[in-house]
Amino acid sequence: MNPKVSEENSELRFLGSLARTTGRRKFVQWAGLTLGVVALGCSDDNGTNPTPGDGEVNLGTGDTGVLNYAYALEQLEAAFYTEVLAGAYFAGAQADEKEILTDIRNHEVIHRDFLKAALGTSAIADLTVTFASVNMADRASVLGAAQTFEDLGVSAYNGAGQLLTDASNLLVAGKIVSVEARHAAAIRDLLVPKSSAVGSFAGDDTVDPTTGLEIPERTPTAVLTAAATYVTTTINASGLPTS
Amino acid sequence: MKNDRTILEGLDPELMEQVVSRRAAVGRSSALAGALAIASMPVAFGLLAKRAFAQGGLPQGIIDVLNFALTLEYLEEEFYVTGVGTAGLIPGADLPIFEQIRKHETAHVALLQSVLGASAVAKPTFDFTAGGAFDPFNVYGEFQALSQGFEDTGVRAYKGQAAALMSDNTVLTTALRIHSVEGRHASEVRRLRGQKGWITGNQTDVPALAAIYAGEEAANGAATSAAAAEAFDEPLTMAQVLAIADPFIV
Repeated sequence: MNPKVSEENSELRFLGSLARTTGRRKFVQWAGLTLGVVALGCSDDNGTNPTPGDGEVNLGTGDTGVLNYAYALEQLEAAFYTEVLAGAYFAGAQADEKEILTDIRNHEVIHRDFLKAALGTSAIADLTVTFASVNMADRASVLGAAQTFEDLGVSAYNGAGQLLTDASNLLVAGKIVSVEARHAAAIRDLLVPKSSAVGSFAGDDTVDPTTGLEIPERTPTAVLTAAATYVTTTINASGLPTS
Repeated sequence: MKNDRTILEGLDPELMEQVVSRRAAVGRSSALAGALAIASMPVAFGLLAKRAFAQGGLPQGIIDVLNFALTLEYLEEEFYVTGVGTAGLIPGADLPIFEQIRKHETAHVALLQSVLGASAVAKPTFDFTAGGAFDPFNVYGEFQALSQGFEDTGVRAYKGQAAALMSDNTVLTTALRIHSVEGRHASEVRRLRGQKGWITGNQTDVPALAAIYAGEEAANGAATSAAAAEAFDEPLTMAQVLAIADPFIV
């Protein structure tokens, strides 16, 4: 069963709270849920320790879990741009596009390494990722995927802020998310230049024209479901806080 | 009834003294205009707006932060409304960008007013020449430069206040969703000006706006490099932001 992302938030919050009150293992047996890469419930009822490299990682709990979640996203982004820079589109791209993509690659690698260092021994193992669905020789395919990753990253961080309890962790997330937003706008502007149309830097598809707010923040479950296309490793997010 | 204080009063005493004395010479800002803005406010923000009137309302600490944000949004909104409305200022090819940004800033003002209700501060009187230092509505390059400065300031300002909103998840997330939009705006305007979309070190090509970029060079533990500084946007304190805004507030 793979619920639609758009319907997922409230439903999963409810399921999550149900899981907590009924005991995860029992709940999972009852619900029979597998949500893409997101395993709701896990073999260890405490679910506190990330498990290294056996095809599944457990993000852990509390702020550590949220930072591991961010670390997973940054791993994905860093791997994506690294592959982009080795691809045929990049090799023949215009200088300004090369500069933008190189900068973004550098930023994502720095984000990834920063979070890994911050997490220390609590950091999840390296994810196995695949970009087989992206044509690295095709500009539209590469930039379209880049836009997806950047927009997803922004909404992920926007949704993760309220899950953090330590103000210094919130600040770290804040320092990163606005740079992701800068990336998103730049990539979008390469695709739909100097425009207010859908798909442009802050088009109505990503900023609500009535409220001026970024598209609704995404829950970790929604984000990891969306990212599942590109992540082979199973990411167990069951320990993450839900509010 | 709308509060006719501005955010600058009751904050940094030294700064307040400068601003208030200047304002006293020019006259109080119009409480009536604020009241009209409230009356014409869209009803789409019902859920958030109700919070202001719920039992006990929002804590004062959150009200203070939201009024601070509202003051910045007032500044941005009037800047873009004036710029977009000035015939011949913005070339047609660039106009969609600034119209889109203007639309968002107007929405941010309305949203924050709706959340704050009667606690919303009045709109200050702005002088976008900063006493004659800039000429943004006659010189497009200066309009762009100030736009970039205001957007980069907005990013740093919201970031600096996020921790103060942690007690209320709805307000925090709303602020974060504005914060990232300011980041999008900043990136676009910077690139329109031939800059990178991200801030390298504390660099600015407009020396008069250097305070906006102070401290941006932090590398956050990564080996010091252009990329490390670009990879993180740094916060500004409320006092730093108000000092940046002060020259533009009469």
